[in-house]
Amino acid sequence: MGIRQIAASRLWGPLMAVALLLVALPSRAEYADVVLNKYAEKNGMRPVIFPHWFHRIRFRCKVCHFELGFEMRAGSNDITMGKIIDGQYCGMCHNNEIAWSVEHCDRCHSGRPGLKTRIYGGHETSGPSRW
Amino acid sequence: MIVGRISRAGLVSLVGMALLALSLSSGAEEGKKKERWKRFENDGLHDPGNPAIGELQWPGDAFEGFPMDNPDTGNQVDWVRALESGVIVPRTNLFPDTHIEVLDLDIIMDQTSTMPYVRFPHRAHTQWLDCSNCHDHLFVKKSGANPVNMFAILSGEYCGRCHGAVAFPLTECRRCHSVERNSFRGNFGAQEGPGRVYPPVMEQEVVN
Repeated sequence: MGIRQIAASRLWGPLMAVALLLVALPSRAEYADVVLNKYAEKNGMRPVIFPHWFHRIRFRCKVCHFELGFEMRAGSNDITMGKIIDGQYCGMCHNNEIAWSVEHCDRCHSGRPGLKTRIYGGHETSGPSRW
Repeated sequence: MIVGRISRAGLVSLVGMALLALSLSSGAEEGKKKERWKRFENDGLHDPGNPAIGELQWPGDAFEGFPMDNPDTGNQVDWVRALESGVIVPRTNLFPDTHIEVLDLDIIMDQTSTMPYVRFPHRAHTQWLDCSNCHDHLFVKKSGANPVNMFAILSGEYCGRCHGAVAFPLTECRRCHSVERNSFRGNFGAQEGPGRVYPPVMEQEVVN
């Protein structure tokens, strides 16, 4: 085996590691951000970004996932503006009493066009395994 | 002569571009050092053209003074300690008649192959969640009766409904698998007495 081949074979591992790192790193969304785009873009609005982190500073999980009945699975809640204005889902708080009301469209409808409905930053998290 | 002039202009612009690139990269590096959380404009999710982007709170501002988790682990916030220490006081209910229950009961799960046993703390979970969020559609209320396994968890079932999605990620093996197999002498399942109290995440012993 020539020196060049050995060098190439030794470099292979690190190169693969760097390549994997580059594939693994593009996750930039904040952990647990949920994109809701079942109806938004079809109706000419940006997809909705729901930041879990922001809400859990102010509310325990149980408020939305027990009292308000949000299913714990991204995309499984049939949320429409009509329901929100009627006081369901987000509208339970976003009514100008507990939180700002629905006239601030762009605060929620803030995603890039084309985003799919799902939870972001979750399985893509690049946290090191500590055990 | 003309060639000389062009090359000189080219040289000047090259040096200028190099200096610009250098200042940009060092600026970006400085920003990177300071900022643990991505700015909305370049998080790949928010539309930078959204007129309301400046009205949104940035995690770095919101998490000021919070107990931290390791860099790149979930939100990088030790949520359990943030709650217990009173740094945050999130509401438990919106309706006045909602029954709030916190259960202080640890469960030791022994079906963990060669991994350390899992010590599940009800307390940390019920401070955030209602019993019905897990019982009985994810777990029946009987220790040993749930066929929990890592494959199901990694695909979003059982613990994986939250861990790996919103609660601390599945890379933190030992945060659940915390009981050494060869030193545990008690009974599996429900443990007597109050649940174990853990130090903040950043002070917990790292086992390699």
